[in-house]
Amino acid sequence: MKALDKVLNKLHLKKAPQQTSGGTKLMEAEPDTANMFDYTHVEDRYDSESNTIIRLVSPNNRKKKDYAVKGIEDVASKNNWKAWLYLGPVIILIAIFLLYPLINTIFIAFAKDYSYATGTFKGITLENFGIIFHIVQAGAGGWEENFIKYAIPNTLILTFVTVPVSIALALIISVALNSIKWFQKFLQTVFFLPYVTNAVAIGLVFSVIFDQHGVINFIFNSNTVWIYGANRWVAMIPLCIYIVWHGLPFKILILLSGLQGIDKQYYQAAQIDAAGKAKTLMRITVPLLSPQILYLMITSFIGAFKEYTSVVSMFNGPGTLGQNSVIPDMETVVYYVYQNVEKGFTSRAAAAAVFLFVLIMIFTFIQMKVSKTRVHY
Amino acid sequence: MAELARVNKTYIDFKKERVNPNLVLSIEESGKTVDAIKKTEKVMKIISTVFTYIFILVLALGVIFPFYWMIITSLKQRTEIIAANQTFFPKIVMWTNFSYVFSVFDFTNYMFNTIIVAIFSTIGTLLTTVFAAFAFARLKFKGRDAVFAVFLMTMMIPGEMMVISNYLTVSAFGWISNQTRIDAYLCMIVPFVVSVFHIYLLRQNFKQIPNELYLAAKVDGKSDWSFLWQVMVPLAAPTLISITILKFMGTWNSYVWPALVTKKEEFRLISNGLRGSAFTNVDTNEVEYGYQMAASFCVTVPLFLLFVFFRKYIMRGVGRAGIKG
Repeated sequence: MKALDKVLNKLHLKKAPQQTSGGTKLMEAEPDTANMFDYTHVEDRYDSESNTIIRLVSPNNRKKKDYAVKGIEDVASKNNWKAWLYLGPVIILIAIFLLYPLINTIFIAFAKDYSYATGTFKGITLENFGIIFHIVQAGAGGWEENFIKYAIPNTLILTFVTVPVSIALALIISVALNSIKWFQKFLQTVFFLPYVTNAVAIGLVFSVIFDQHGVINFIFNSNTVWIYGANRWVAMIPLCIYIVWHGLPFKILILLSGLQGIDKQYYQAAQIDAAGKAKTLMRITVPLLSPQILYLMITSFIGAFKEYTSVVSMFNGPGTLGQNSVIPDMETVVYYVYQNVEKGFTSRAAAAAVFLFVLIMIFTFIQMKVSKTRVHY
Repeated sequence: MAELARVNKTYIDFKKERVNPNLVLSIEESGKTVDAIKKTEKVMKIISTVFTYIFILVLALGVIFPFYWMIITSLKQRTEIIAANQTFFPKIVMWTNFSYVFSVFDFTNYMFNTIIVAIFSTIGTLLTTVFAAFAFARLKFKGRDAVFAVFLMTMMIPGEMMVISNYLTVSAFGWISNQTRIDAYLCMIVPFVVSVFHIYLLRQNFKQIPNELYLAAKVDGKSDWSFLWQVMVPLAAPTLISITILKFMGTWNSYVWPALVTKKEEFRLISNGLRGSAFTNVDTNEVEYGYQMAASFCVTVPLFLLFVFFRKYIMRGVGRAGIKG
């Protein structure tokens, strides 16, 4: 009898995996032949001492560990080569059009006298950055000053004006939209319209609206030159308005979906405490929306750093005089990059692009750090 | 009474129940009656609702105004557009602006280019996205998480970084010099048939499909390939539609890259055509706003129609990105 118990005990341990695996993971279970043999052998066993047939019943006080399913694997999905086959096209394309360009651009930015026709260069240098930052003379000719004089200040102004303004505006609009009953869906759609437009087409419309003989001057009874031949700082105003207008729908969409996820109880509690509307907004809505606001801050900061199409579509060139502008006074960093690619100054373009890349990375990390203390989840 | 209140969940009306009909409940400090407070609250609510609506409607008008102005300007005469007194409806409706756009601006050609590029880059993107998302969501292989992390990191790189080298790459492929129409299309399609963001979107969607479906398909003797096309793709159809529409809109709006790689005006896409010089009056060197707005209108309308029919998918696809920051 003791001998039998031993055998049974041993069997419980070994049999268990097969019992559990039988239901769901039938396909993948590799039959353990030795175990199966034991099992069939014992199940038919007749105990002569007590004159009974022993049935195998699992004891109730078994340890969980004994029944852990082990050694069962999704065999069919473990084909490494198959996975790489599925990924193949994507990896090749990403390598050619994403990773190689990234490395190559960084390399061009640091290469001295890189020639893209022949691919030759004369060693590694910081000269290209020196040129665009007006530290080193560009060739035998003059100095390159467009980058620090126009591109960087313009980009920073656009960023620090449009991002806070558009997020604040989007927040107010979405809170208002969320609080109304009638026409909510309709108005939501109206506010989303700027998203589904061609950026160039609407840029053209804005330049018509802000024309010297246009409707804005007519309404406000002024004679301001906004676009063509305008003062640089004046021209920033319609540009910022356009960027904010164009960026609103995305932000409203994100904030509204966030607002709809906030528990009504918070507002009821605030009502009981007789908190005012402004207080409710600042103390409840904004903190609870902070993940969405942070996400929008990061994406719109990055988006504003990369502003380009808005300038082209409104001004038709790097400056307020359009394509004929000698002074590129409306240029942004990205505009500078493209212009230098077109002109053949690949090294300067690469240096500016690397600068932009670093700037974007820094801002992303700063915002992620700050968010850890501020974001309420 | 108590019995009734419990059963019907009615509440005691103090006005009826009070002993002395002249007794009025009032809040002690303010001295206002409950009714008065209720009334002021109601009035305040109506006022704030009205203000909210006024605020929203004013902003909505601001949002719509550029569209409105585009339409009426496209129907105005030149003299009316630059007149000192701006009109909010055209005096003479100039349908000829539109016929000019189709004859001189060569709208059909730009449209054709854009649609060709959009169709092929969308198909390419869908295929690569489905394969990659399937591999990441379903298959197990060494280095999967590492590869996926690298993919996600490439989302942070600004596209402008790539433009410089990609220009060199496509010219190394021989698509720039002696450019034919096919070359131009290849330049505009091939670099954009992969989108990491869409792979990420679809992978999340594929991951939600329960494991049991996969195992059941395996029991039925289906291969990975047929499982992907017969089960996963139909289940993820909404996401795929969103991807298709967003990709199409992306091509419709793309400006920089086509302008950079196409060497002839006739190979360019619709946005480039819009910003081109076709609307400048040769004699006076002034921009013909009427024609320009008519062309802008023609470019905007297809996107609008797309939005009207696929609003749900567009808003979902765009909104998906921010649901959990």
